[in-house]
Amino acid sequence: MKKNSISIERNKGFWTAVHSLWSGLMLSLRHIKKATKRREQMYVSDPDYFTQKEGLVTLKYPYETIPVPDNGRYRLHNEMDDCIVCDLCAKICPVNCIEIESIKATEEIGITSDGTKKRLYAPKFDIDMAKCCYCGLCTTVCPTDCLTMTKVYDFPEVDIKNMIYHFTDLTPEQAREKQELFKKQQAAKAK
Amino acid sequence: MLALLICIVVILGLVIALAYAERKVAAFIQDRLGPTEVGPYGMFQAIMDVLKLLQKEDIVPATADKNLFRIAPIIIFAAVLAGFAVVPVSPDIISSGAEVGIFFLLSIVSLDVIGLLMAGWGSNNKYAVLGAMRSVGQIVSYEIPAGLAILSAVMICQSLNLQEISFQQGILLHHFAGLENEKNYLFGLKALNVDVTAVGGITTWNIIRMPFLLVSFVIYYIASLAECNRAPFDIPEAESELVAGFHVEYSGFRFAALFLAEYTLMVLVCLVATILFLGSWNTPLPNMGPLKLATWTTGTPGTIVATSWGFFWLMSKVSILLLSQIWLRWTYPRMRVDQLMQLCWKILIPVSLGMVLLAGVWRLLMI
Repeated sequence: MKKNSISIERNKGFWTAVHSLWSGLMLSLRHIKKATKRREQMYVSDPDYFTQKEGLVTLKYPYETIPVPDNGRYRLHNEMDDCIVCDLCAKICPVNCIEIESIKATEEIGITSDGTKKRLYAPKFDIDMAKCCYCGLCTTVCPTDCLTMTKVYDFPEVDIKNMIYHFTDLTPEQAREKQELFKKQQAAKAK
Repeated sequence: MLALLICIVVILGLVIALAYAERKVAAFIQDRLGPTEVGPYGMFQAIMDVLKLLQKEDIVPATADKNLFRIAPIIIFAAVLAGFAVVPVSPDIISSGAEVGIFFLLSIVSLDVIGLLMAGWGSNNKYAVLGAMRSVGQIVSYEIPAGLAILSAVMICQSLNLQEISFQQGILLHHFAGLENEKNYLFGLKALNVDVTAVGGITTWNIIRMPFLLVSFVIYYIASLAECNRAPFDIPEAESELVAGFHVEYSGFRFAALFLAEYTLMVLVCLVATILFLGSWNTPLPNMGPLKLATWTTGTPGTIVATSWGFFWLMSKVSILLLSQIWLRWTYPRMRVDQLMQLCWKILIPVSLGMVLLAGVWRLLMI
């Protein structure tokens, strides 16, 4: 009976074993010899990207980086001047990392770059980057496109509290002042 | 006492260099960089690791057998360190010129096994016990082919004294008391009548004096890998199933001592291989006519020059062997327990027994 040809052949003999052990050693020796070469940092679109097949491949990360795509979607950024404090982003966020408070303005306080009128102040607009899961839902619901994901992906902090990003452009005093103004206006209307 | 201090400092230096070399070679084989941060090319990384281990907490598990657990690393390291007592470093430097040198070395290093069992059993951890059992089974088994391979070299040299064995393998033959009238013939064969006593170099190394000792050397080398628990025989560690083996419960300084013992044992077995088979501290360069290479690279015994040359040649040979151990480790996959035992009992021991017989016959031809 002929043996199943797929099965691995065993006991092929002493010299076969010596030969395969030796070729294994030579294989790793070839890699040691090529240790003088290193991969260059280059972006995947570079025509030479796949031609660098030899040498060390480790990237010394903080000192060397591969370029991030221009439309990379990492750290959130809110352009406060364009924000109308609609609270949509906070509502859709699956991990509740966005916290927004709002104060009604006594009058129209400005116009965003796409022409929407701003009627609300934001005394608090916090994004907790430690909670953020980078799903990008907040950026798609944003009506004025003020909330965007940037290509910054390296922003670790020693203290986790620093991962909460405050985007508001009002100081607490200013916020209180606006609150008072709104109350006065409401009171005046009620009379 | 001073000798002990010097010995420990030299060994520590060697082991730290070895740990660094191991990581760099491993990285280069796997197309990585290895340590790069601390010092130029990451050279001080190993020192930093030692410092880190030293300042770590010394944890003894609550239900461990505390005395066994605490003493085990000390016994393991002491057993290995004691082996260095009979190792000659140069024609003039030897800690102890004991006549039973290699015999003492083998027996004291065997104490290592007791330490391993104490560590494994004392940890009160099934993985540690399994690791220790594997380690002990492996070391006890592989001591047989290693011992037989050493025996064949000892039979050729007719001495257990490591310094005498060293003197036999070089041009300084007549400087050792008791060997004044000895002569080295090519391949050890008197019948060939080629006197190489004054030629020295590689021609008087044991593996040339009795060419079949090369087989013994390979057997000893394989067995010594297993005794150090080095890959491809690192089943006591087997991180995929045993979680680091017998030292899984150790931390801080005690772990450092175990780690140190492993690397020190590597150095020791390479020293023994060099002394028994590869000409010890003798130069590999032979005297050829007017080119007195062997004489130039040996120096007159008793001088600083001779001591430095001896130390240099011994350390070079040991370093090459150590590098080859690292190279093997990062090339070959780990063996299974049954494969390990099969290799030992069915292949290495019969072959090494044959080598002992052959060495006996060869010795008859040498006189």
